[in-house]
Amino acid sequence: MPWAEALIRAQTRESVLSSEQGRVLSYVDALNEALSIAMEMDKKVIVLGQGVDDPAASFGVTKGLQEKFGGERVFDVPLSEEGMTGIITGAAVGGIRPVMTHNRPDFILLSMNQLVTHASKICYLDEGKNNVPFVIWAAIGRGWGSGAQHSQAIQGMLVGVPGLKVIMPSTPFDAKGMMLGAIADNNPVVIIEHRWLTRTKGVVPEGFYTVPFGKGVYRRRGTDVSIVGTSHILDLSIRAAEELEEEGISVEVVDLRSIKPLDEAIIMETVQKTGKLLVVDTGWERGGVCAEVGFVAAEKCFSALKAPVARVGLPDVPTPAGYKLEQLYYPNVETIKKAVKKMVN
Amino acid sequence: MKYGYKGKGFADTKTTLGKEKLTELYYSMLRIRRIEEGVEAHYHEDEMKTPIHLVIGQEASCVGACAPLTKEDLVYASHRTHGVYLAKGGDLKAMLSEFFCRKNGCAGSRGGSMHLIDQSVGMAGSSAICGGNVPIVVGLALAAHVQGVKRVNMCTFGDGAAEEGVVWEAINFAALKKLPVIFFCENNFFSVFTPLYKRQPENVELWKKAEAFGAKSVVVDGSNVVDVYEAVAKAREGALNGDGPYFIESRVYRWRGHGGAGDDNSKGYRDPAELSDWKKVCPIESYFEFLKTNQLLSDADKEAMEKDIKAEFEEAYEFARNSPEPDESDLATHVYSERIQYEVKKDALGRSTH
Ligand SMILES: Cc1ncc(C[n+]2csc(CCOP(=O)(O)OP(=O)(O)O)c2C)c(N)n1
Ligand SMILES: [Mg+2]
Repeated sequence: MPWAEALIRAQTRESVLSSEQGRVLSYVDALNEALSIAMEMDKKVIVLGQGVDDPAASFGVTKGLQEKFGGERVFDVPLSEEGMTGIITGAAVGGIRPVMTHNRPDFILLSMNQLVTHASKICYLDEGKNNVPFVIWAAIGRGWGSGAQHSQAIQGMLVGVPGLKVIMPSTPFDAKGMMLGAIADNNPVVIIEHRWLTRTKGVVPEGFYTVPFGKGVYRRRGTDVSIVGTSHILDLSIRAAEELEEEGISVEVVDLRSIKPLDEAIIMETVQKTGKLLVVDTGWERGGVCAEVGFVAAEKCFSALKAPVARVGLPDVPTPAGYKLEQLYYPNVETIKKAVKKMVN
Repeated sequence: MKYGYKGKGFADTKTTLGKEKLTELYYSMLRIRRIEEGVEAHYHEDEMKTPIHLVIGQEASCVGACAPLTKEDLVYASHRTHGVYLAKGGDLKAMLSEFFCRKNGCAGSRGGSMHLIDQSVGMAGSSAICGGNVPIVVGLALAAHVQGVKRVNMCTFGDGAAEEGVVWEAINFAALKKLPVIFFCENNFFSVFTPLYKRQPENVELWKKAEAFGAKSVVVDGSNVVDVYEAVAKAREGALNGDGPYFIESRVYRWRGHGGAGDDNSKGYRDPAELSDWKKVCPIESYFEFLKTNQLLSDADKEAMEKDIKAEFEEAYEFARNSPEPDESDLATHVYSERIQYEVKKDALGRSTH
C-alpha cells in the first residue's frame, strides 16, 4: 500500500453517519458521482486538471470520466496553473462550466492573480454583464514529508476575497451535494478538501441534490462548549467530543460547511446556547478562518460569551517535513480536548 | 514507440578530457546509482518518511550538468534533487539523515528529500514547486552580477516545469540582462503519468523555444555523460564571458516511477518498449564500455569502485538511521532570520540618528 493511502486509512473514522440509513459511498466516490451527474445533466460542464485522466485520476475523483464523456470534455492540462486559471475564467465567461482540479492547494497559489484579481472581480467590474461559473478543487496534503510546499491549507488567504466562494465539506454527503451546488453556482467557487477525508464513508443519496452554501449544520449537540469549524478537523473534534462526554463535558460540534459565505446565524445560535466558543481549522490560526469566526462571536454575540473565544489551528510556522516535527506541528484529538477543558475549568 | 532513445550512444564520442576527469565522471554516476538503489531497497521499511524522486537512468544528465561547475558555481534543483545534490558534491550523510527526517539532516528535518541543500559545495537549494526554482536562480545570477562575483548559476528542472509561465519570464529577464545562468532542462518526456504530447505541441522543441527567447540553446543526449559535460562546460565559459544565459535540453528517460520506489510501468501509462530501449543505453554501462574500449578503465577498477561505494553507503546509511530525532525546540526556529542588517544608531534620548 502506498504510504499516503496507509496513513489516510489509519486516520479514517469507520462510520461517519453510520446511524443513518441509505447507500454508503466513500468521499471520493461521492465526488466522482457528483461530477458524473453534472456532466450528464449539462454538456457545458467540463473537467480538466493535471492528471485527471491518468491512473491516479486525482485520488480517484475523476476516475472513468474521460471514458464516459470523452477527451473533449475531460482532459489533462500542462503545468500552467496561472494560465489555466485564466483560461477557465475566459471559458466560463464564454458560456461553459469548467471544473478544474489541483492535486494540492499549494498550486492554487501560482494562480492567485487570475483567481483573485480576475475571476473574482469580473461580475462586479462588468456590472453583472458577465459571470464566471467555474469550480476549482484541491485537497490539502498532510504527512510523509509533504512539508512546507505541499501541505498548505490556504483557505485563510481566500476567506477575505469578495466575489469568491470557498467551501470545505466534511462528509461524503456534503462533498457530493456541494460539488453539485458549486457547479450550479454562477460564481467562481473554490473547494478545499483534505486528503485525510478521502477514505471516509457515509450515506449518500443517489441522483441530483445540492447542499446550500452558507448553511452550517450541527454534527453533535452539547451544552458546555461549542466547537465550530469545517472539514477534516471536525473529524478530530467529534472524536474529542465523544471522549469528553465520558468525562462529563458536553460539547456541541458545528460544521460550517462553507467559510465564504459564512453562516453567522449558526455561530450566534450555538454561542448563545453554550457561551463558550472554540474555533478549529486545518489552516494557520493567524489571520484566517479562526480569526473570522471568532470575530463574528465578538461582534455579534459578545454578551453571550462566558469565556474568551479560543482557537485550535496551525502555529505560525511553515509545515516541517520531518515526521517527528509534524507530530508536534499538527493539532490532534488531545489538543482539542485540552483546549475544551481549559474553557470549562 | 513514441519516446525511444534517439541518440547515438558513444559511437561518435570524441573528447579532449583527460583520464582522470573521465574516470571521475564514471565514479560519480556509479555512486549515484548505487546510493539510490540502496535507498530504494530500504524504502518499503517506511523509516525514511519522505517522498523520493529517483534519478535512476538519468545519472549522466545530473553528473554532466554538475561536474563542469566549481564549488562557487550555484545549482538550485527541482523536486528531483538527489542526483544533482550528489553530483554537486553534497554530503551523503546529511542527505540520508534528511531522508530519515533527523536533526542533523541537511535541512534539519524540515525539508525532506525535495529540499536538499549543501552550501559548502554550491548546492544552493531546491524547490518542490515545479518551475519555482527557475526565477530564483536568475536572481542568484543578478546578485552575482551586482556584486561583481564571477560564477554561473544553474537551475535544473523538468519538461513539465517548462510549461510554467514563470520559467519563460525568467529566461526573458536573464537574456535581457545577459545574466550568467544555465537553464538545465531535463526532458524525460513525462510529468508524473502524463506524456509530453498531451502537454505541449509536438512540433515545438523546448530548446528551440528557449532560443527564440534569447538564450543560447542546445539539445544534448542526456545518456551520454561526455556530451552533457561538454555542453555545460561550454555554456559555463560563455556565460562567464558575458554571452548571457544558456539553455540546455538534456533528453533522458526515468527508469523508475515518478516518485517512490520501483518501476510503475504496470500502470500502463507508458510503452514498456521505451524503457527497454533506454535500458540498452544505460548511461553508466555504455560509458563503461566506452572507457574500457579506450583503455581508460578496467573491470578491476570498476570492482574497486563498487566496493568503495558500497562501504560508503552502508556507513552513511547506518549513520543516518541512528541520528537523533529533532525535538520540540526545533519546531519554530528560523521562521524568521534573527539577524539585523543595519545597526540603528541612537542619540542620548533614544532617537535614531540616521
Ligand atoms: C506548480 C506545481 N504544479 C504541480 C506540481 C506537482 N508535480 C510534482 S512533480 C511533477 C512532475 C513534474 O514533471 P517534470 O517537470 O517533467 O519533472 P520530472 O518529474 O519529470 O523530473 C508535478 C506535476 C508541483 N510540484 N508544482
Ligand atoms: Mg519530466
